[in-house]
Amino acid sequence: MSSPIVDIPPRVGNITVAEVAPAVPTAPLPDSERKGLTKKEIAADHPTWCPGCGDFSVLALYFKLIEKRKMLHEQITTVAGIGCSSRFPYFVQAHGVHYIHGRALPFASGISLSRPDLHVFVFGGDGDAFSIGGNHVNHTARKNINMTYVIMDNFVYGLTKKQTSPTSPIGFKSKTDLWGSLDQPVNPMKQLISAGATFVARATATNPNHLLQMMEAALDHDGFSVIECLSECVEFYEGAFDAANPRKGGVFSLVPPEHDVTDEAAAYKLSGDPFPGHFGIFYKVNRPTKNANEAKINATLKEKVKGLKDWQILQRNFDRLK
Amino acid sequence: MSESILTAPPSGGAPKVSKISEAIIRIAGNSQDGIQAIGGFLARLAGRSEQEVMTFMTIPSTISGGPSIFQVRIGSGEVLSSGDDADVLLAFYQHSYENHIDSVKKGGIVLYDSGHVEPKAEWLNDYHHVGVAISGLTVEAIGGTAKDKGKNIFALGLIAKMFDLNIPKLEKLVGERFAGKDESILKNALAAFHAGYAYSLGNLIETFQFMESQKRSGHQVVMNGNEALAYGLIAAGVRFGAGYPITPWSDIMELLRRELPKYGGSFIQCEDEIAAVSMALGASYAGRVAVTGSSGPGISLKTEAIGWAVMAEMPLIVCDIQRGGPSTGMPTNVEQSDLNIAVNGGHGDSPRVVIAPTNVEDCFYTAIEAVNIARKYSVPVIILSDQAISTRIEAFEEPNLEKLCQDISPDLTPVAEHKPYNLAAPDGITRHVAPGTKIQSGKYPIATGLEHDELGHPTGSPKLHMQMVAKRRRKLQALGESLPIPEIYGPAEGNVLLVGWGSTQGPIREAVDRARAAGDSVSSIHIKHINPLPPGLTNIFAGFNHVFVVEMNDEGLYGFGQLGGLLRARYCDPKIRGITKTDGLTFRVREILERAKATVAAGVRKL
Repeated sequence: MSSPIVDIPPRVGNITVAEVAPAVPTAPLPDSERKGLTKKEIAADHPTWCPGCGDFSVLALYFKLIEKRKMLHEQITTVAGIGCSSRFPYFVQAHGVHYIHGRALPFASGISLSRPDLHVFVFGGDGDAFSIGGNHVNHTARKNINMTYVIMDNFVYGLTKKQTSPTSPIGFKSKTDLWGSLDQPVNPMKQLISAGATFVARATATNPNHLLQMMEAALDHDGFSVIECLSECVEFYEGAFDAANPRKGGVFSLVPPEHDVTDEAAAYKLSGDPFPGHFGIFYKVNRPTKNANEAKINATLKEKVKGLKDWQILQRNFDRLK
Repeated sequence: MSESILTAPPSGGAPKVSKISEAIIRIAGNSQDGIQAIGGFLARLAGRSEQEVMTFMTIPSTISGGPSIFQVRIGSGEVLSSGDDADVLLAFYQHSYENHIDSVKKGGIVLYDSGHVEPKAEWLNDYHHVGVAISGLTVEAIGGTAKDKGKNIFALGLIAKMFDLNIPKLEKLVGERFAGKDESILKNALAAFHAGYAYSLGNLIETFQFMESQKRSGHQVVMNGNEALAYGLIAAGVRFGAGYPITPWSDIMELLRRELPKYGGSFIQCEDEIAAVSMALGASYAGRVAVTGSSGPGISLKTEAIGWAVMAEMPLIVCDIQRGGPSTGMPTNVEQSDLNIAVNGGHGDSPRVVIAPTNVEDCFYTAIEAVNIARKYSVPVIILSDQAISTRIEAFEEPNLEKLCQDISPDLTPVAEHKPYNLAAPDGITRHVAPGTKIQSGKYPIATGLEHDELGHPTGSPKLHMQMVAKRRRKLQALGESLPIPEIYGPAEGNVLLVGWGSTQGPIREAVDRARAAGDSVSSIHIKHINPLPPGLTNIFAGFNHVFVVEMNDEGLYGFGQLGGLLRARYCDPKIRGITKTDGLTFRVREILERAKATVAAGVRKL
């Protein structure tokens, strides 16, 4: 054949989906004395957010989570789409991806499915999650792909300076709804539950202890875990979440202790309570992850070609094409 | 080219046996008649007999039913195209007969199902008509079960008799095809086959024997272009893919879904085209080049993500199995009209690599080359195949898989420091380290779609933007310089140079052969590397009075097809003109020759 086969330097190491142990939430430490990464070690660029933005709190707690759970730089992959909150990866000193608008979830799925040894975190806003990327949320939830997704919901498009977002309440005045928003807002909890997400929680940037708890629970969940975190845009929707903030005269109401997180109908009903609603885990069930299901298929099929080198597996197909 | 010798009707009397070097058989029926199966059996048999073979098919875009054809050209010598005119037409219905009689050589044989076809008096003199009650005899042979299922296998028996084909080999193929199915199915198939073979064609017809093949190669494999592409990707080491179903790309995703788990990989069916390209990019980023693919409509949807891959300098394989466009277009017809979107699709200055395989065998090797270019240059590579090559079956020399299969697992060895977008890198080529790799400096890179500095952090600096744009361009210029100069088919100087790309290589080369046999000065080149273009074209063009770019797309607003336009822009050579068409069918050899003659005669247009 005349095709030039470009010379590539050989690489070592061999990672295939089936052979790698999945990431465990607590890093297996070579040295049990090792401390978690300090904020100084894990912080990268200074965030570009406006002073007072709720996203600072989410970032600080992400650092805290990494420190507390003693994760290593190289085990973490932070993925984001487009939006104010999606600048996230630049502020974290770890492998990261700033992808295109609304598509962070399928990108992160590609990482998660091919590299079960990594912790995959996705950060984004309500535009990414419920507008341009709405369908990806549904399908990533349905497939139950292993990763943690924090939606920093501010009810407004901030990066583009105050247009209506899919979660803006009816009546919210924006540059694209001068007379107040007309369209029924997406209820994130309802959408996630009905789409088949296996871990659905709600938090707010103004209650850091609770948010950290939710992040830890999400990290420990085997599957697609999602947190909707109310995160105020002080520039374009000031006071949006005062009703959930006791310091501003609001009420921070936890999910009632008697709520059964495995009861889908109860979780759905809880999601329907008027704003500010409840905070905590709404829904949590165990369903095999896509990662596990694929690994199972791999194990079954690999058994049939046991002992064969890759080229010999392919040779079998070619022998049938003679 | 050796012409088939089916030139005169048989003189009657005892059936005579003629030695032939090649035959073109066109089978026409409806899509549910299993005519593709007959074609497949014939092609595979040819492959096993070390003969050359090429097929051509049309399928309706309806879910079930509709006219369909399958043409097989088998030769003892070189077979370059699926052939213009058939030696034998096998017609199952009146419409098959009437619509395809034109494709038969004068004096050729029309084998028809006398239960469904009424021959026309005006054609009886020109073609040798042989009526066989194919449907009725099939029902009889199988034992009066349901309808006429199996008539394709009966017809295969007839063809086997007519061409004195190797019966044990064919039986084995039929057996393999129905392996694992209910035993009665194989029994019925063989009953139908033997009934067809035993049917006395009597004195009506001569029979033929293929001459011994001149090929002395080891073994041949027989497959279509989509299979070759998918297996090539596996050989190249690709272990992850994501896609969304669309004709004619779906076969590739189905095959990879079935095969990749054996290698520890996965192929994921996604919710849409954008998710598919994104998921593949995620896997590429995670350390091993991944594949996505589609046909035109899906490629349009993927363009934003491909632009990200250019910006983030992420390797990726995108297969575009072109069909008629724009929009939903002609889903089951061929066209080469995605060249522009492959080369230029998306916003901004976003150079990427585009390679077009030229035949089925080349699909296999192109996949490997594409993967290696993507890795070496950290760039998305679009493999521009098309409907014709994807469904065409060819036999080719078995590749040395032990030698070709490569391991491209990610290397997670810790590195001291890492700047993926290092401006000082040789030829501006980016190297990524996969996540999971410890970077001892503690400075981790970001893969990004924003214009960025060397670590991938955003920048608004005009100077950095200029440098990074140049870097992304420069590496492809370096690739372009390293590409092989296209080989000239025929003499390096002459009157007409035909320039083709993609699946048209066969008919173009056959056109050159025929033209030269007739004393005309015609040569050709085939451009496989569409973007960047290979070196040496200026010199090649200089050797000819006319340069005609033969392609299956529209002549465009300014009189050039899509590659024609690119070459005009690149070489500013007024000799370059287009021979284009949009009928959704592959080029016939005759068509190329007639159009070339007419274009020469028309002279160079004043623009």
